This record gives sequence, structure tokens and C-alpha cells, in this order.
Amino acid sequence: MRILTVLFLSLLLSGCASSNWGWYVVDPTTTTGANNIRFLLSGLGNTVLLSLTAISISIVVGLLVALPGLSERPALRRFNRVYVELVRAVPILVLILWVYYGLPQVTGLAINVFWAGVIALALSDSAFQAEIFRAGIQSINRGQYEAAHSISLNYRDTMRYIILPQAIRRILPALGNQLVYMLKMSSLVSVIGMQELTRKANELVVSEYRPLEIYTVLVLEYLVLIMVVSAGVRWLERRMQADERA
Amino acid sequence: MHNHSARSGGTMQKATESAPAIEIAGLNKYFGDFQALSDVSLNVNTGEKVVVCGPSGSGKSTLIRCVNRLETHQSGTIRVDGVTLDGSRSALDTVRAKVGMVFQQFNLFPHLSVLDNLTIGPRRVRGLSDTAARDLAMHYLERVQIPEQADKFPRHLSGGQQQRVAIARSLCMEPQIMLFDEPTSALDPEMISEVLDVMVELAESGMTMVCVTHEMGFARRVADTMVFMDHGRIVESSPPDTFFTAPESERCQTFLKQILSH
Repeated sequence: MRILTVLFLSLLLSGCASSNWGWYVVDPTTTTGANNIRFLLSGLGNTVLLSLTAISISIVVGLLVALPGLSERPALRRFNRVYVELVRAVPILVLILWVYYGLPQVTGLAINVFWAGVIALALSDSAFQAEIFRAGIQSINRGQYEAAHSISLNYRDTMRYIILPQAIRRILPALGNQLVYMLKMSSLVSVIGMQELTRKANELVVSEYRPLEIYTVLVLEYLVLIMVVSAGVRWLERRMQADERA
Repeated sequence: MHNHSARSGGTMQKATESAPAIEIAGLNKYFGDFQALSDVSLNVNTGEKVVVCGPSGSGKSTLIRCVNRLETHQSGTIRVDGVTLDGSRSALDTVRAKVGMVFQQFNLFPHLSVLDNLTIGPRRVRGLSDTAARDLAMHYLERVQIPEQADKFPRHLSGGQQQRVAIARSLCMEPQIMLFDEPTSALDPEMISEVLDVMVELAESGMTMVCVTHEMGFARRVADTMVFMDHGRIVESSPPDTFFTAPESERCQTFLKQILSH
């Protein structure tokens, strides 16, 4: 990982000397460059807010869809299958366009760009979350349910206090994956005008005509953001394991 | 609560004295095409200790798992303290509140401390306050002689300690009947006695117990009735004196010879 980063940076830096590069657009020592960097970074808050809101919703919806998938009743299991198959078959970009341009025509309610993005991303991700939760819950030994039943815990308490805490520990790496995925997919919401990282870069490219440098900065922005998030997820995993070992 | 004095060797004939704690009649249970229980009938009186033994696959675990409906039966009746397990939610809740169960694999909750394993039921089901639940838990941990392990996690305990925690967890629900499903089968030999000691103590306190176990020393010591099962049927049911000295069926004689030969 470290070697790759060094290689990548040295490639960029060697390019600085060549006349093809125009790093002045993002040179922090100049006023324009510094302003441009500020402009690019100003999308960060929206990217993070959009992704975190969407994944919070998709985790809740995913869990609510996963539970009927584990039911003994065929009708409930069928609901789970239909939801998962249907939702995950729609490309995220298509869903974004449909929610933003299509949904207001059905509901008569105008949705702003942010919430259209959140709804589309959350809906799309919820199908995957549902499968992750189903797998996690199914991985818990039957004996845990039996023990919970034998001390009369009802379904809700069994899930809340016994099954889910164990399942969530197991699916944490997968949840981390989805968060990274969500951060990247949030770039698609730029097409409907959401002012996040990618949109800012696009707008700057239009005014500065320097796509190579600006998109390179964009790549680095996502890279750093996702490395920070990954480290956060790892820390959480370690902490939860430590909890158990305490 | 239940009648402690009924301990003295209650068998089926004593059913008239007090209402049986468990009445099983004509029980049939299938797993797909396989018949796990065939026409099983068994009464357990309040305070009675029944030890169920038999070769593996004979249906003994299935039988006690039917009593608190971890398995559903296809026909026959099961009545626990007068409540018939008819598939209704209310009957199930009533019966599970009366019946505690100890499993072969302990089934402790690995993400909860010993104390939380014990208090979760009292707090969530019986509505006890945190302090009351804690006091109750410590009371039963002392009874199974491991109060010092309260703050540890199950994985830090030996198998014997884990099983004693599991017993204490059941007792915290203050059941009238305890079911034991091969409680010592997963244990290293040197840990078996510490679990059996707890079970003997429990038996002496007057608890109604149904134990699936091959620990014949324990059975001799506490059982009022021995039940031998084979191929999903109760082959023999008699007081331990008769059972160990003069088993009627050939199948039971062979079985006893095998497990008592060492």
C-alpha cells in the first residue's frame, strides 16, 4: 500500500516538471490555486453527509427487510426476495435519475437534490444491507435462539439483546465495505446537481480547463477520505473484539 | 410454589396425590419421514426426578425438547403444570416460564458477561430492576459456587464453569421444572463432577427435574424414576433399584452392560 502510494506520488511529481501538467490551478501558494482547492474541498461536507445519511437509512431498511427473509412464513420470505431482487437490479445512476425526475411526477412533491440522492442511494444499498444482515443473522448458532427461548425472551428481545449484537460484530467488515462503496457511489449524485466533491471538480474543470490536475486532486480526495473511513471501521472492529475479550 | 415434600420417589401411581408437573400422552414426533418419537407417554410429578437414558438417536433429547416446545410435536398431548401445549402463544409463554433448560453445549450468550447472561431474563421477562436482577444473579452464582466469575465473559471460563453459569441462568427465571439435555456430555471428565454436584444439590432442594444423561452414578443417587428409550419409544420406566438390578427388556440390559462396563 505504502509502496503504491509512493509510486503514484512520484509519478505525479515527475509530471510536475513536464509542460503537459498545469499544477498552478491547484497551487496553494497562489491566490487562485488556494481558492480552487478551497472550492474543491467545499464538496467534502456534502459527500460525507449524503453518504452517512444514506447508509444510516439503508442499514435500518436493510435490517427491516432482512428479518422477514428469516421468517417461517413463506409470504414474508417472498417479500424479502422480491424486494432484494427488484431493488438490486436497478443501476444506482438510473435510480437517482428516476427518484429526482420521476418520483415528483408520481407524488406531486418536489424533492430537493440532497434528499433525492439520499433516497436513491439508501434504497439501492438497502437491498445489499438486507442480504448482509440475513447472512449475519443466519450465521448465529441455533442454540442461541433456544437458550433465549428457554428463558422466555420474546422475539424482539431475542433479536435486540442476543442475536443482533453478535451478528453485527460478524458483519462489521461487510458494513465497512458498504460504507466505502456508498462514499464512492455518492459521486453519481453529481449528475442531478448535488454540490459534492465530484460536482465541484466538474464545475472547476469547466472554468479552468484543467481536467487532468483537477480530477487527480479529486481522486486523492476520495482516496484520503476512504482511507480515513477504513481506519475508522478497523478501529471499531478492534474495539468490539476488545469488548468481548475484556 | 411447588410441593417440596413430593420428592420421596414419586412414580406414575402417585399422580393422584398432586397434579403431575408434566403429563405426556401418546406423543408422536416426526422429522420429515423419520419418526423420532412413537407414542410416548410419561408423567412427572412435582418434585420427582426422572433420568432418561438410551442410545443416541433414541429420541431422549427430542422428548425433553418437546416439553418446552423447542420442538413441535405432530400428535399427542403435553401438559405442563396443567397447561396444554396446543401451539398457542399464551400456552407457550406460560410453559416456558415454568420450565428451565440446560443444554449440552451450554449456549451461553458469548457477547454478554456472566452477570448479564444471568440478569437479561429477569430484567426483560420478569421486569426486575437492575439491582434486584443483580442480587438474584449473585444469589444463584453463589449457589453454583462461582460468584467470583460474575464479571468475566463465558469464553474465559472452563466448560464446567460455563455449564454451571448456564444452570444459574435458568434458575434465575425461578422455574418449577428443570430439563437437562446431556449437561455433562460436552465436558472434560474432570469437570463433570462439579456440574453433577450442582445438579444433586438442586435435586435435594426439591426441584422437579428431567435429566437426559448417561451419568449412572448421578442417576442412582437422585433419580426417582429411570426411563430407558430406544427408537423413539419408552422401553422401560422403573425406579432405579429395579432398573439397575433387574431391567426387563433385553435392549435395556445390553445398554446398561455397555455403559456400566468400565
